[in-house]
Amino acid sequence: MNVQDGWRRLHPLSPVVRAGRATIAIFVVLIPTLLSGGRNLSSDYFQLGAVAVLAALGFISWLVTRWRIDGDDLRIETGVVRRQSLRFPLAQVQAIDIVRPGLARMFRVAELRLRMGGASGGTARLAYLNEQEVEPLRAQLLALAHGGEEAEAPAQEAPEHVLVRVPTPRLVASILVSDVGMVAELVLLGLVIGAVLAPGAARGIVSGGTAELLAVVTLVWRRFNQEYRFNLAQTEDGLRLHGGLVALNTETIRPGRVQAVRMVEPFLWRRLGWCRMEVDLAGRQRRKGESEATGRSLRALLPVGSRALGLELLDHLVPGAPQPMLRAPRRVLVKSPLRFRYLAWGRSDAVVVTQTGRIRRVTVWVPLEKVQSLRRVEGPVQRALRLATVHLDTAGRALHAALRDRDRGEADEALGDLVRLARAARRAPPP
Amino acid sequence: MSELEPDWRSPSPRLLTMRRVQVGICGVAAAVILFAVLVSSTVTWAAIAGAVALVAGAVAQVFVARRVRAWGYAEREDDLFVKRGVLFSRLSVIPYGRMQFVDVTAGPFERLFGLATVRMHTAAAASDARIPGLETDEAARVRDRLTELGEAQAAGL
Repeated sequence: MNVQDGWRRLHPLSPVVRAGRATIAIFVVLIPTLLSGGRNLSSDYFQLGAVAVLAALGFISWLVTRWRIDGDDLRIETGVVRRQSLRFPLAQVQAIDIVRPGLARMFRVAELRLRMGGASGGTARLAYLNEQEVEPLRAQLLALAHGGEEAEAPAQEAPEHVLVRVPTPRLVASILVSDVGMVAELVLLGLVIGAVLAPGAARGIVSGGTAELLAVVTLVWRRFNQEYRFNLAQTEDGLRLHGGLVALNTETIRPGRVQAVRMVEPFLWRRLGWCRMEVDLAGRQRRKGESEATGRSLRALLPVGSRALGLELLDHLVPGAPQPMLRAPRRVLVKSPLRFRYLAWGRSDAVVVTQTGRIRRVTVWVPLEKVQSLRRVEGPVQRALRLATVHLDTAGRALHAALRDRDRGEADEALGDLVRLARAARRAPPP
Repeated sequence: MSELEPDWRSPSPRLLTMRRVQVGICGVAAAVILFAVLVSSTVTWAAIAGAVALVAGAVAQVFVARRVRAWGYAEREDDLFVKRGVLFSRLSVIPYGRMQFVDVTAGPFERLFGLATVRMHTAAAASDARIPGLETDEAARVRDRLTELGEAQAAGL
């Protein structure tokens, strides 16, 4: 699909895949028309016309969209009425994803997504490209992002060193005992009991709460669909995440782009000694109306695994990460009786760790070289108890470390120390 | 701790005047509107409502003064300190090297008093550091100095 001057187009079937479920709906609408053999001419013409217009619009959008690699930039031009020319500097790439929804897999196409850093950083999307084209293109983009020459784009994939593989039974078990899973099970159990005791009432609930039921099922399904056969590997290009059942996703996180790491341990998982590891990348905050998929910055590097494996992974991401050792003073019980149990923080010379939560224990590690600014906040209740909170802000979108409810003197001392350590970490040459 | 107690500088005294005028206008406007709406039914209650609004405005003046006095900033060697807030007191530390850009804004009211607000942006959205009510010259000086230091110490993400 080469056009002149190195400009290239997307795959011709892109509009069909992008329209996704709407395409299926259109076919359903068309079926009666096709079956009736043209008896109801007036209404059929209307439907056919609507479909034709949609198809034409899709075709035009494909026709006016083109992209090229221009030196160190990826450029995308699109739009008819509002012509846009987008330029994405490859040096700012935080991660490259390959996304393959079910429909895209049917048509053998895939979407390439480049997540950019910086305050204005958005996401460059090439939807959709030929399946064979995507892998080499990603390798080429990553090589360019590293500052390599375009000519020496590696034809071969970088060798992988698998760090994590999640077995399916464990994934299923983990979803069953997760918060979303428990809700779904309770709803199902309630329905079954209802159906046995009073079939009429159960039918009423099912028909009345269809939307809610669907929402719960969708949540559970999405977790399973995304994390099925998940594996994480270390390559030369960075961390490679791969997984999915219907929709296949491959993500690459460039080395040194991790802003913060978080370990989540929900209530029942703690009993089983399981945890979930997530990392946060740089990028702008999610805007209103932006879908969760495009605005998402937290990625699970370990959907579920033993605590030991989690800590091993942590050591790989943030070498020499400390454990939260310093507990909060007892008087915090008055202010946060639930949170108190796990409230703690700790630091080494390069990393800060904070822990909070009651039902879900959450531990966050922030490398000091990623700290953007520090804040000490003291609310009215905290003042009465001589407490203060120190926040460490990072460029990540979702995570920051908060040394909650520390003794005021300790908070001041910690702030002074952390300001100094962060300065030293910033000055140190990158490894 | 001495490290956290640098030489604080405060915004221009005109900031207090400006805030006082703003709050005063709001109080008087509220009083007038309440009186005008109620006066057609009962004159007594209209007068009382107006008086209450005026008193509330007067009380607000006290809080305004405390809030304005709480603002402070200090340019240290490697970072900028900004403190603010009475009920929730905050102290922000922004390393010059992390500053992405600095902007100076002046709304119509601020322009009337010859003031401006300097705002620092880092890659983290949470680090909202601004210094309101700087005299225009001082705002320009702070902006230039911050930009200069930011360039000298710039660190990547």
